[in-house]
Amino acid sequence: MDASRTIRIECLRYDPETDAAPRYQAYDVPFTDDMSVLQGLQYIKDHVDGSLTFRWSCRMAVCGSCGMMVNGTPSLSCETFLRDFHPAGLRVEPLTHFPIVRDLVIDQSDFLRKLEMVKPYIIPADSKTPAAGTHLQTPRQMDEYYQYAQCINCLLCYAACPQYGLTPSFIGPGALALLHRYNADSRDDGRAQRMEVVNAEEGVWSCTLVGYCSEVCPKGVDPARAVNQNKINSTKDYFLHWLMPRPGVSR
Amino acid sequence: MKANSTYVRPMGAWWRRNAFYRSYMVREASALFVTLYAVVLLIGLLRLAQGPAAYDAWRASLATPASIAFHVVVLLLVAYHAWTWIAVMPKTMPFVRIGGRRISDRTIVAFGAAASIVAQLACLALLAWLGWTR
Repeated sequence: MDASRTIRIECLRYDPETDAAPRYQAYDVPFTDDMSVLQGLQYIKDHVDGSLTFRWSCRMAVCGSCGMMVNGTPSLSCETFLRDFHPAGLRVEPLTHFPIVRDLVIDQSDFLRKLEMVKPYIIPADSKTPAAGTHLQTPRQMDEYYQYAQCINCLLCYAACPQYGLTPSFIGPGALALLHRYNADSRDDGRAQRMEVVNAEEGVWSCTLVGYCSEVCPKGVDPARAVNQNKINSTKDYFLHWLMPRPGVSR
Repeated sequence: MKANSTYVRPMGAWWRRNAFYRSYMVREASALFVTLYAVVLLIGLLRLAQGPAAYDAWRASLATPASIAFHVVVLLLVAYHAWTWIAVMPKTMPFVRIGGRRISDRTIVAFGAAASIVAQLACLALLAWLGWTR
């Protein structure tokens, strides 16, 4: 590594076996212009302090593993660059609103449970098998859900959402965006099964449209849009159910 | 020694964490001024029901410097509140297509702002026509 500059990275440290509360530890890291925050952390782990714990995998904003708070902003550490914080230095913390397991690693099990609740898969109307041919879709039908399908479950939107922090039962921006992704898919017929999640207090109605989720999303998913247009769908569903009671769904 | 326990950080004063949250709180707080102005109008309606003398007294109270200052502040905050509604408009609607092409969020916001300005000019024109500004 040909590094002429050094930057101070302050990391939140938390060891559940010895610490009652998190603390901060600063490291001076030599860096080059093309080094990401993730690479800075990897330098620390490889050369300075092997106990520093963080998640990462793909290093190119696809896997969604390396989300962290970088100077208080939810960011993918693989696509955030050290040069942008020189010479002031930066502070790296685990994604806020989630329980800290250790150092920069959060417990994402609450999100995974909610992800299951929204049935994030196509529920087809027919029982067509692949042998019987494909489900055709026009480019316009695809455009209805494509941006929502870009979600990589990085959880930056949850770290951006104060409503999730204040009310952890809120299904949250990411899972609701994925719920909408499948509802908006012309091949899907599972909307009625997902409406109960949408309509609940913990569904779209816990959102107050802060909108920061869409701001921090690294994939342009715009979860705030997915959530808030479903407030209209939920309202329509509420009034329509008086006219057309849904079979098998109790209220 | 604590075994395998996670740590949950407190939410205290979360709105101070960044400018986005602060502007959100200003947006929400500005709704209070919309309410205050609605209360002023509601009082006017009650006074109108009580007769011409009461209504004139209410109008006279509006012309005091304190009332004018209050109205200037309320006007600015209500205008800001209205703008925030227009700014989030694209977030509240499905994709809109014209001739197969998706209308951009910026176009939706611009349309909302233009519609709001036209509506306000129409209201002012109506008031002028009714002689309210005499």
